[in-house]
Amino acid sequence: MAPAQQDRTAWLLLTPMIAIMVLVTAFPLLNTLWLAFTDASLTGQGYVWQWVGLENFAYILDDSDFRAAVGHTAYFTVLSVSIEVVLGVLVALLLNQEFKGRTLVRALLILPWALPTIVNAVMWRLIYNPEYGSLNALLTQIGLLDAYRSWLGDPATAMNMVILADIWKNYPLIALIALAGLQTVPKDLYEAAIMDGANAWTRFWKITLPGIMGSLSVAMVLRAIEAFKVFDIFYVMTRGGPADSTKTVSFFVYQESFTYLRAGSGAAYALTVTAMSALMIAIYVVMLVRREKRS
Amino acid sequence: MRRSLTATILVYVAVAVFVASILAPVAWLFIMSISDANDLTTIPLRWIPEQPDFSRYARLFSLEEGSAGLAFLSALRNSVVVALSATAIALAAGIPAAYSFSRFPGRMPLLYAVIVTYMMPPVALILPLYKVFSALGLLNNVTSLIIVYCTILLPFVTWLMKSGFDSVPVEIEQAASIDGANLFQILSRITLPVAAASTGAAALFALLLAWDEFFYALLYTSDTRAKTLPVAIADFAAGRATDYGLISAVGLLAALPPVLIGFFLQKSLLSGLSAGSVKG
Repeated sequence: MAPAQQDRTAWLLLTPMIAIMVLVTAFPLLNTLWLAFTDASLTGQGYVWQWVGLENFAYILDDSDFRAAVGHTAYFTVLSVSIEVVLGVLVALLLNQEFKGRTLVRALLILPWALPTIVNAVMWRLIYNPEYGSLNALLTQIGLLDAYRSWLGDPATAMNMVILADIWKNYPLIALIALAGLQTVPKDLYEAAIMDGANAWTRFWKITLPGIMGSLSVAMVLRAIEAFKVFDIFYVMTRGGPADSTKTVSFFVYQESFTYLRAGSGAAYALTVTAMSALMIAIYVVMLVRREKRS
Repeated sequence: MRRSLTATILVYVAVAVFVASILAPVAWLFIMSISDANDLTTIPLRWIPEQPDFSRYARLFSLEEGSAGLAFLSALRNSVVVALSATAIALAAGIPAAYSFSRFPGRMPLLYAVIVTYMMPPVALILPLYKVFSALGLLNNVTSLIIVYCTILLPFVTWLMKSGFDSVPVEIEQAASIDGANLFQILSRITLPVAAASTGAAALFALLLAWDEFFYALLYTSDTRAKTLPVAIADFAAGRATDYGLISAVGLLAALPPVLIGFFLQKSLLSGLSAGSVKG
């Protein structure tokens, strides 16, 4: 094909995708951008609105509730993603050892990953339940706990208990990625290192970790982007409570827009959240571009 | 390398702990679904119910007016309809786009833009989409969910299928094109069949994504006509007089299809992961 004809074919093939994405993503995004500079309300037909300039954003700057929500989200993201990575690598190293039934045991990693997010949230809520919950029963029966506790009803424990539930569902994916990475590390590197007298600790830091770091760092950024958007698990487990101690940014925007019906400021909060996500997404795209250049 | 006996024992103990930590929570969900409320509140807890009771599962398959079964079965129907339709649209528009990105390079910024929209938080879109659906009378209608899910599935399918097409050698297409086949014939008769495995995997991943989605479904649906399984489950869990066994049974049944698909996908999951493109 001639280059001009090739170009035409390429765009033709892209047309359906571009048309759909413009309609369902680009237009709504531009509309959110406009809304953020108005005082529109969500009620009724169409919008009744007035241009308010930067007022919404000025308000966000000294909104301590929103700052608290950003703090909760950052805490959730950093803690759950870092523990997921450490646990994922440890479990991958374990499942890379030789033992009977290894294929079957490795397949178990699929279970938490495939379990729907909402089912995971409901499951852990039932485990933490103050009266029926198996966590209270287990801990009292082995003598670690004197009396049943309300894990999700106490601001001191609620956030960390949700993080635990999130880790259980999401670290297996990291483990699978690390396990796949381990298969690509050349075996003779280890043999050479043993000849040189390197112990297991040194071998891990000098050979294993550098070998899996590429795929691991991509997975880490992806997880962080996802974790920052978190909504489902908090909606089911805590509804942002107790005392707003688990209110995340997505939950904040949801309430501002759909409980208080303030479309204008809701859009401004949404854009602020999007800008924060954009930083992490930019890191991911830079990683992709570098990888593309290498291949 | 030979392992000492102590090391071997440690490995087996660690593996046992791992297996228990994965299976115990799900096993508990199953136990709750067949236990009587009295068994569960006994202190100390009786872990295995004296009289296993499977009646909740039976209740979930009854169609009586206002019953839990009706809520569950209509949510199941809505979830199936939404997931299948959204996946079909995503494949129909995503396959040509992915083929274009793979065979006619030079539009990388556009591909990155597609990936960025996939990662963008949904809060950036919820308000305008709500207004549009409300104006079109599409709130509480599966059609609106099918449309919205394109924002997630279409970029995902495009991205995954591009790496699928990249691994199909161009030479086999060139042979067909010399024989006079046009682009559509080449794509449908040669490239797609060769890339059948990655197409199948992309379709199944897309189904899982749609099956799992909660945020949009919560905002845009309000009763059995359009609520999907995740929303129905959240409803069951939020009820005042809650039957914990019933919630557990619903959760297990809703988890069954994705978990089966997940095990089936194990192989392509790993290759998809190394392409760095599967949802995190």
